Amino acid sequence: MSHLTQIPASRRAFLGLAAGGLALAAAGAPAQAAKVRTSARIVILGAGAAGTALANRLVERLEGASITLIDGRKQHLYQPGFTLIAAGLKPADYSVSETGGWLPKGASWIEEPAAEIDPEAKIVTTASGQKVAYDYLIVATGLTLDYDQIEGMSLDLVGREGIGSVYAGPDYAAKTWALMDRFTDEGGIGLFTRPATEMKCAGAPLKYTFLTDDYARRKGTRGKVEINYAAHGGSLFSVPIVNEKVRMLYEDRGFNTVYNHVMKAIDPGKKIATFATPEGDVEMPYDFTNVIPPMRAPDVVINSPLPWADRWVGQGWVEVDQYKLRHRRYPEVFAVGDIAGVPKGKTAASVKWQVPVVEEQLVAQIEGKDSDELYNGYTSCPLITRIGRAMLVEFDYNNNLTPSFPGVIAPLEELWISWLMKEVALKATYNAMLRGKA
Amino acid sequence: MKDLTFQTLIAVFEEIFGFWLFWGMVAAAVIVTLAYIYVLVRDRSLSMRKFFLAQLSMPFGAVAAVWFVMVMTHSHVSDIGGPVDVIVFLGVAVLGAIGCAILVYTLQSLMRGKGDTSSDL
Ligand SMILES: Cc1cc2nc3c(=O)[nH]c(=O)nc-3n(C[C@H](O)[C@H](O)[C@H](O)COP(=O)(O)OP(=O)(O)OC[C@H]3O[C@@H](n4cnc5c(N)ncnc54)[C@H](O)[C@@H]3O)c2cc1C
Repeated sequence: MSHLTQIPASRRAFLGLAAGGLALAAAGAPAQAAKVRTSARIVILGAGAAGTALANRLVERLEGASITLIDGRKQHLYQPGFTLIAAGLKPADYSVSETGGWLPKGASWIEEPAAEIDPEAKIVTTASGQKVAYDYLIVATGLTLDYDQIEGMSLDLVGREGIGSVYAGPDYAAKTWALMDRFTDEGGIGLFTRPATEMKCAGAPLKYTFLTDDYARRKGTRGKVEINYAAHGGSLFSVPIVNEKVRMLYEDRGFNTVYNHVMKAIDPGKKIATFATPEGDVEMPYDFTNVIPPMRAPDVVINSPLPWADRWVGQGWVEVDQYKLRHRRYPEVFAVGDIAGVPKGKTAASVKWQVPVVEEQLVAQIEGKDSDELYNGYTSCPLITRIGRAMLVEFDYNNNLTPSFPGVIAPLEELWISWLMKEVALKATYNAMLRGKA
Repeated sequence: MKDLTFQTLIAVFEEIFGFWLFWGMVAAAVIVTLAYIYVLVRDRSLSMRKFFLAQLSMPFGAVAAVWFVMVMTHSHVSDIGGPVDVIVFLGVAVLGAIGCAILVYTLQSLMRGKGDTSSDL
């Protein structure tokens, strides 16, 4: 045996490697702080992204508290998946799971919607009339899609007459895909819009426009497809630096953009949408459109004393301090997720940042202390620019970009790794967040 | 992302491949690694001849890994848009190559048995 052809295998090297692996695994488990004892009654309205994540964290933090979730929806919807369903990349059930499967054992769940909030008496009344008293109330009801505000529009039109609606739900997203697939085969006019209200994931209308363009290019039908985008205001995106980038990409892709156009009516028979503009009503034709309706607070919140009186009038977002997410008039009330009346933050990624803030603020309040845990407006949106590429846009209240991986993942570049984040990592991170683990 | 922990990473991978495929692949990787260590310890040395064959398999491993990732993520090589993408891409290829080399080496050793090392150059 020649020594040159033999490399001794070291058992010690292997053991060292294994020990390193264990150390890495151990580093992942954060040290558990001692639980806070309390007999507080905490009621959480809404068991969506924010309500579920917060409930899972609170049962770990508090000992003896009574935690009650109120939500009539049996299905949990992973809404960022709607875009992928509507792009034919995932089946409709990709976004659907059981609400009950995510909720912690230490909390109870009243399976009906809340009908009334009385913050003076500190009582929530459910749809069946059950009265639930609270010491602390977390409003996490998400928002309502108000299709009725568009004349002629109703959900049963989705999937017919060229009318799609990615936002409406997983099945509607699948129907929208069937239409988009046909449209990019046959060609015609594609009409894309967004509402003038605050909205969840303001990047989603842009993404779907890019995806439609991408399919037409892949199928070789882009020459037969006209893409018109009607922006509700004077820009495509509220963060100026992102807006400029999107404007450049829209030009590059050959989209026709009109500004200050807000959809107010749709005529499915004639395939014409009517827009309110500063110059009066304007009609725009379509062969395929993605209707994104105005968004507002659910009735239970809008009809309560909780919304802002002088901001976002008619939309009903809860009047909270934008850093602490605590109600400005009722200090035992918090709002988290889409329902919070803050200038940014209607994304699941924001929920991930808001939930620990509400947790810390609430626990400190129970202990009679102050917390310096604040929400800075972090909002994120993997802006898909074609299948296989996206921009990982992250920003805060000041319209500053806040990249998670500075110097590695450039926020305003169309990158494959950003696509991987949206396509594969986002749902996993979301699920981990629901369990209170991220 | 606020914080990326080991738990989050595991959850991410479960999501990418599905629970069974992911843990099946982890199990396969663990088994192959253990078998590799077993033959190394058994033979008390690395056989250069087997290592050579293993090296020949590396390009195939690289291509297979890249193909797998591209198909699973609806992506295409033309989607690579910046330096970090190239790094991720090469990372996948390197992992595939090394994994394949270890697999081929181990299979050879297991199939030919112990005495075989003496037939080296
Ligand atoms: C098409 C689309 C794409 C998106 N893309 C992204 C993305 O890429 N990245 C990202 O981070 N975010 C994205 N989002 C946004 C994200 O899904 C939401 O911001 C997030 O789900 C908000 O969480 P939430 O808990 O506030 O609301 P939800 O998750 O909507 O949950 C609200 C819950 O409250 C319940 N509820 C409503 N009314 C009542 C009542 N009266 N009583 C009791 N319960 C009630 C509802 O049943 C629901 O379960 C997207 C959303 C859509 C629609």
